[in-house]
Amino acid sequence: MATVELLFSALPEHVRTARLVAAAVARRAGVDEAVLDEVRLAVGEACSRAVSLHRSHEIAGPVKVMLTEDEKKFSIEVADDAPHPGVMAATAAAASGSAAHVAPAGSPAPSASVPATPEESEDDMGLAVISGLVDDVEVTASETGGLIRMSWPTTPSAVTP
Amino acid sequence: MDLSLSTETVGDRTVVRVGGEIDVYTAPKLREQLVELVNDGSYHLVVDMEGVDFLDSTGLGVLVGGLKRVRAHEGSLRLVCNQERILKIFRITGLTKVFPIHTSVEDAVQATD
Repeated sequence: MATVELLFSALPEHVRTARLVAAAVARRAGVDEAVLDEVRLAVGEACSRAVSLHRSHEIAGPVKVMLTEDEKKFSIEVADDAPHPGVMAATAAAASGSAAHVAPAGSPAPSASVPATPEESEDDMGLAVISGLVDDVEVTASETGGLIRMSWPTTPSAVTP
Repeated sequence: MDLSLSTETVGDRTVVRVGGEIDVYTAPKLREQLVELVNDGSYHLVVDMEGVDFLDSTGLGVLVGGLKRVRAHEGSLRLVCNQERILKIFRITGLTKVFPIHTSVEDAVQATD
């Protein structure tokens, strides 16, 4: 179970709250002060991306942030409920037995295969920032949602004798 | 902290002083400001980011959008920033090659290259 779980409506004004909460929990978990700016930025990027995906897919459900303090690391998971085009395309290709033609001409294209919107381009920049900032990052997605998992090492706050 | 914006004309340059946080919530305000300036004929912009506490990719997107707009009028968009944590974001996205980044408003206002 996560140390702290945060659910927020997919609205831009709540992303700042998620940043503040994540930074506070990270500090408490023993993440180095010098890295807290990166934690703040990375979680903000992940949440902005999730908010944008929920809004573009008109998903009413909340964005979920899980902050987990382990013995040696602090992990953040940001989950969205949006269907992910890449995964949908890959699944469609696998199902049809053709890797080259995801959506054959004439067939009704799934909504997820529409051309990238400006919002999706901004999402790409968000992912670029995350991967530039965080060493341990994993992005997974399925037809039912996506997950960005990031972690940072922690240093024990108490000095053992 | 919310976003604060103020503008000042110095010669043929318009200095936009930005303070606070530029993120997915506040970036549209900055976008509006830049669009308004360009629509009003200010094509040489200096964005002073010394008062910015936080910048994310949405903010970067707005600055790139501003640059595209002024370039369409053969203008320029220069940044003023000395904060390492903000500069780092420009570096990891490769945008230090796109924006001239100056250490002071005076420098940016006088730059001609």
